[in-house]
Amino acid sequence: MKQAKLIEEKIFKSLSGIATYSLIAILAFIIVVIFVKGFNALSFDMITKTPKGGYYYGGEGGVLNAIIGSLYIALGATLIAVLIGVPAALFINVHLVRHKKTQTTVRYFLDALWGIPSIVYGAFGFTLMLYLGMNASLLAGIITVALLIAPIVVRTFDEVLSKIPIGMQESVLAMGSTKTETAFKIMLKQGFPGLITAILLAFGRGIGDAASVLFTAGYTDLIPVNLDEPAATLPLAIFFQLSSPIPEVRERAYAAAAILTIIILIISLSARALSRRYSKTIIK
Amino acid sequence: MELVQAKVMTPSPLKATRHEKASVPSAISIKNLDVHAPGHHILKNINLEIPKNKVTVLLGPSGCGKTTLLKSLNRLTDLYKELNVTGTINIDGDDILNTRQNVADLRQKMGLLSQRPYPLPMSIYKNVAYGLRLKGIKDKKLIAHNIEKNLREVGLWDEVKDRLNTPANNLSIGQQQRLCLARGLAVKPLIILADEPTSALDPMSSSTIEKLFREIKSHYTIVLVTHILRQAKRLADNVVFMYYGEIIEQGAPDDIFKNPKTEKLRQYMLEGN
Repeated sequence: MKQAKLIEEKIFKSLSGIATYSLIAILAFIIVVIFVKGFNALSFDMITKTPKGGYYYGGEGGVLNAIIGSLYIALGATLIAVLIGVPAALFINVHLVRHKKTQTTVRYFLDALWGIPSIVYGAFGFTLMLYLGMNASLLAGIITVALLIAPIVVRTFDEVLSKIPIGMQESVLAMGSTKTETAFKIMLKQGFPGLITAILLAFGRGIGDAASVLFTAGYTDLIPVNLDEPAATLPLAIFFQLSSPIPEVRERAYAAAAILTIIILIISLSARALSRRYSKTIIK
Repeated sequence: MELVQAKVMTPSPLKATRHEKASVPSAISIKNLDVHAPGHHILKNINLEIPKNKVTVLLGPSGCGKTTLLKSLNRLTDLYKELNVTGTINIDGDDILNTRQNVADLRQKMGLLSQRPYPLPMSIYKNVAYGLRLKGIKDKKLIAHNIEKNLREVGLWDEVKDRLNTPANNLSIGQQQRLCLARGLAVKPLIILADEPTSALDPMSSSTIEKLFREIKSHYTIVLVTHILRQAKRLADNVVFMYYGEIIEQGAPDDIFKNPKTEKLRQYMLEGN
């Protein structure tokens, strides 16, 4: 019996270890493939120049338009998502704490919103854009991506806030804090490292999504200087270049993918450092 | 079944009540307090006078309603929609259950010390300053003076004076509990509500908290929830024994512990000892 338990323990440990390291291996494999395939096209020009004439036939230029466009859209959308998401998550955990049924229902709808495919957000954004008489633009892209990532911010931050013991909330309220003071001065502070994770996840989804910006942000070889101008994005740059029959252009698609990966890695590492810094004061 | 048996064995709470009608004025006067949860009558017609500047110990087995009674006193029961609280609780001349007074202002009259210390996610200094700032105190010198005074009052000043700006979570659990007490005292409450404040602490930290209670009790009305008999004996000026949501006996500790009138209290003491 003891021997059987020992074997069971070893099998489970091996299987779970294989599962964990397989995922890491897949990530490494993706990065290696992208970098190997895009290595020849990776150049300083790629990140400092916009596409010149004949770029899509292998001519000179880079994807600066898509890098800037992606950053504009992802940053703008993340800002809006945080402005909506933080009060929403605090509301769920401070004001709805007495209303468990409503709390559960709100969470259910937010989960449903999270699960909606991004092409549906794209279609909705497109309809909204037409209704408001807007053209495919940076603003339309920001709004659509914000709608896509707001549920991610709310639910991720909400999960963190829901883990804060009710005793902490009670202690603060017992001192004479209002619920708003409790939410913004204590809960936000205690959940701040989790909020950074939420922002990171939302930003990563926002910068990497192609379907939601396909009809709403449009595509241009220029860097947008106004919110009503169309904006190129890295996912669409990858999509357009990867569908090209010209091998040099396809290489550039992989190079653009490598740039997107690097941006996400930089954001991820900075967020981790920031999260660690703010974790020092949280109560465990 | 157990409840029925308890009812049979226990004389009427009114008959068993031996609360002295002493000259000590009441800080809290509770009348006909009932707390219902769906399918559960948590507190049953509680009538209680809590004497001013004394330690009143709420004693009883787990689940008898001690914490609910304590939370009713600062209306933390408001956080639980399923709880229906009726009756009157008079504090400082105001029926807090039916008052129009802002509940946040009301709660500033009472400090709460919970089972587990909950320091705020900020520095030691800011933890104590938080309550002062809530009271509208902005003068930095006054805040610093009060922080030192309150940290001294709980015997923490010498231990933390050189690291006031470090996070409060670096303190030991006993120090955290004293910090929470200092934070509570900083807002100058009339009453201190303590819900098993030593249950998560080691014996030395527990003894420090008890010593603190003895030192400050002449200035504050302390309501202490505990199920530790020895602690009740050491600290109480007034003991309230609760069982299944009812007050079974109450009175001076000597009276209660040496000469229990009800079988339930006798049994509880026997098992507790």
